[in-house]
Amino acid sequence: MTGVGVTAPALEATQVSRAAGVAFIFKKAVISALVALVLFSLMIGIRTEAGPAGQLIYWTRFGDLAAMVATVFGGSIVVELLRQWWGPVDTVRIVPPRVQSTLALARRAIAPVLLVFTFLVPVIFYNERYILDLGILVLTYVMLGWGLNVVVGLAGLLDLGYVAFYAVGAYSYALLATTFGLSFWVCLPLAGILAALWGVLLGFPVLRLRGDYLAIVTLAFGEIIRLVIINWQSLTGGPNGVTGIPRPTLFGIPLTPADDGLAARLGIEFSPTHRIVFLFYLILALALLTNWVTIRLRRLPIGRAWEALREDEVACRALGINTTTTKLTAFATGAMFGGFAGAFFATRQGFISPESFTFQESALVLAIVVLGGMGSQLGVALAALAMIGGFELFRGLDQYRMLVFGLAMVLLMIWRPRGLIGHRAPTVFLRHSHAISSDLVKEGHG
Amino acid sequence: MDYFAQQLINGIVLGSIYGLIAIGYTMVYGIVGMINFAHGDIFMIGGFIALISFLILVSIGLTVVPVILLIVLLVSMAITALYGWTVERIAYRPLRHSFRLAPMLSAIGMSFVLTNFSQVTQGARVKPVPPIITGGYTLHEGSGGFVVQLSNVQIIVVVTTVVLLAIFTWLVARTRLGRDMRACEQDQTMAALLGVDVDRTISMTFVIGAALAAVAGMMYLLYYGLVDFFMGFVAGIKAFTAAVLGGIGSLPGAMLGGLAIGLIETLWSAYFSVEYKDVAAFSILIIVLIFLPTGLLGRPEVEKV
Repeated sequence: MTGVGVTAPALEATQVSRAAGVAFIFKKAVISALVALVLFSLMIGIRTEAGPAGQLIYWTRFGDLAAMVATVFGGSIVVELLRQWWGPVDTVRIVPPRVQSTLALARRAIAPVLLVFTFLVPVIFYNERYILDLGILVLTYVMLGWGLNVVVGLAGLLDLGYVAFYAVGAYSYALLATTFGLSFWVCLPLAGILAALWGVLLGFPVLRLRGDYLAIVTLAFGEIIRLVIINWQSLTGGPNGVTGIPRPTLFGIPLTPADDGLAARLGIEFSPTHRIVFLFYLILALALLTNWVTIRLRRLPIGRAWEALREDEVACRALGINTTTTKLTAFATGAMFGGFAGAFFATRQGFISPESFTFQESALVLAIVVLGGMGSQLGVALAALAMIGGFELFRGLDQYRMLVFGLAMVLLMIWRPRGLIGHRAPTVFLRHSHAISSDLVKEGHG
Repeated sequence: MDYFAQQLINGIVLGSIYGLIAIGYTMVYGIVGMINFAHGDIFMIGGFIALISFLILVSIGLTVVPVILLIVLLVSMAITALYGWTVERIAYRPLRHSFRLAPMLSAIGMSFVLTNFSQVTQGARVKPVPPIITGGYTLHEGSGGFVVQLSNVQIIVVVTTVVLLAIFTWLVARTRLGRDMRACEQDQTMAALLGVDVDRTISMTFVIGAALAAVAGMMYLLYYGLVDFFMGFVAGIKAFTAAVLGGIGSLPGAMLGGLAIGLIETLWSAYFSVEYKDVAAFSILIIVLIFLPTGLLGRPEVEKV
């Protein structure tokens, strides 16, 4: 693993090992290329396809194979050179004070700047529909990330089925609105309550589970919800989904060109952008609500209990914290925000189907939370911006998008397992607040 | 009764396939303590490699079925094992001593990579193959005209599974590698102090798990006659359920759990509804973890402070 050049301590030893390093790098690249050749020989070298009569046909793609192997060879050399140039990786345990103060300053500045900018987005980009839509999408994921952050980041409960609550919220609003004709503003709390209820339902049985087991059960739960939605055709419309979901109104005033619409009442000319801008501010408000509630909850005993639970469950129990209610409230709170986001998603799209609620969505939101540094509100927002923005960049490479996403997830975990903002600011401190690297924090098995 | 017997046979065959995949989960969890999320996709890759090598062998004019099967088996085991090794090397080894969530997430990322890699390289459509092994035996002819059949494919699947399981049990119980694996499972630091190459042992665990998953992929191809890039996800979760049901870390447990999941799924489809068979399997996972967290043959987990 370690290069020869980086382990040599003395200067002359480095000189000697430089020459050995070249041979080492070359050998390593050859081995990588050979492994790649075997791995890709059949999968890339041969392409199979079902022929017109149902029989299988195949053709060869040795050119692509050669290109891939050459890429791996070159990539291996580059990676190894970078590693030698970078030098041995020594982890900085405690964040140095200077870096800390700069970071603190930057952090104090970045949040308000970002917030003001977000408020101004519809003004600046009023005529750019694409950017507004993208902004809404990013904010939806920011909200989902903040919601999941309560469960994963604060309470330390690994939830791989978060999309289930998103789905419950979306379907709650869609079905309540299309069946009973209830308005968005009545349905929004209902969707949140229903999702929270499902959160508690999931929470109860999994209270005793920890770590990976918890993860796999929540994953199974998410899949069950999706499969039930697909198969319960009489209620949910099955794979066809629910169509004709009503658009949101500004407290009863529809955003339509009709006579009682907002534009007519205000006496301005109607434009479809009004609705987009309204949706933008709506999701912004919902996301900020999530953020505000989370920040406030962190200051309450329950929030402290969540964080204690994340760090050490056994100690938590020993100190008399009721872990049952602590876990359940975390699940319920996270699920409720997921439900709100789901209701918003339904009203924005006007159409929902089970395809929107796959495991990939859960993984994406979880990746946002982990990349954001697990527990940092600002980190989650930045991570959502980076992830969704990055996703949009690769929109042209449709098929390769998930491939790149998967690779990015692996590389990010290797590069920064603790996320972008990888240090913990304590919520309680004696005299000074010392941020410490989260490598020092030993998380329990919650 | 005949109908039940037929479903029983089908369930055992399906269960054998799940069992083979489950061994990979259970071994890795036993040693490294992580869910190898990409294992289901390794199974899928195994199926694809079996399909492609089969196609090549047929097109170059080989017609002797046992020879074809043997070559396909060996090729898919070898290449898929290399996939297992590479996945461990790239995604898990750098995170060996990282915090709990990191390997889990990189495993999920790896699972996406493998799924989409085969979608990109082999296309999204389902790949069917004509039946390679035909024929079978009629076990019992019922009065209502219902025939209980045991096809040759089913025999091959079950026999291969039993043989592999025997080899594998011998490997773990009697060889140097098996002893190293058991030592690493108990205490990696101590094992390393006593001269066990921990990294190599863990790599070998992934290699063996992947080879068994490749066999499962090939059996799946023979039995159902199709592969597609998305088949690894659901099969992976079910096999993991099997591993948990049998008691994670226990090899006979994985096989037993596999059989149980196969039977439950088949019988549920036969008597209740096909649409909800996956829901049934996932519900069992949840129920088992709640009431029997250590599984059927697992050791109780000791909570250390």
